[in-house]
Amino acid sequence: MEHHEFNIEGGDFTRAGYASSQVKKMLKQMGVDVAIIKRTVVAAYEAEVNVVAHAYSGAMYVDINREEVKIELRDQGPGIEDIEQAMQEGYSTASSAVREMGFGAGMGLSNMKKNADELHIESELGKGTRVVIRMQLNATTGD
Amino acid sequence: MRVSEILQILDARIICGEHRTDYTIDVAFASDLMSDVLTLKNDHVLLITGLANMQTIRTAEMSDINCIVFARNKKASREMIALAEENDIILIECRYSMFKTCGLLYEAGVKPIF
Repeated sequence: MEHHEFNIEGGDFTRAGYASSQVKKMLKQMGVDVAIIKRTVVAAYEAEVNVVAHAYSGAMYVDINREEVKIELRDQGPGIEDIEQAMQEGYSTASSAVREMGFGAGMGLSNMKKNADELHIESELGKGTRVVIRMQLNATTGD
Repeated sequence: MRVSEILQILDARIICGEHRTDYTIDVAFASDLMSDVLTLKNDHVLLITGLANMQTIRTAEMSDINCIVFARNKKASREMIALAEENDIILIECRYSMFKTCGLLYEAGVKPIF
């Protein structure tokens, strides 16, 4: 099992997506099926954008082997008041700055759920949020 | 449709991927909402957008989109072009509005996704 960590800065939209991009490169190198790569990185990217959009700081922790990848995002931020409500398509608390970047339409969490094999979200108000995405990979090479 | 034909129809300028004008797109999608783009499952998608920032390129990278048209004179920055180059994404700048861009391509036979 390989472990990787990437810092994510809150509000830094020029760098948002860097961590997910690194995950994509790893999966490609391992020869993972392109459809699985796409579902994995779309879920990871939406989660990463959420950290940039809502939190002060955070990190992405990636544990990967041939069979599966676990992508965990932990942030220090305002947290999510009502996760069930936040999962509803169209619900958003995003700022206008976030909307100007092409996000904040209330599609992120539901998009993550549609793409991830497993999605776990827990949040504490005023402290932060933890998101875990798990994907089965069935890779042809790598360890 | 080939990129070379898109350039001709839109009287547009290719600013990244100049050597790949034979790349072929199957369908097109127009949006400024990147979360919407991230829901697409198709391959060989042409993205038509008025949103010119780093997240446009990142979204294309994650969605395996290899060709973007920026409508209404929206310009790609140097950072955007560098990221597009790294990910083999073709960038096209076009002076027409989103509506006209879509209309011309639709008329020329480019299929929508939905």
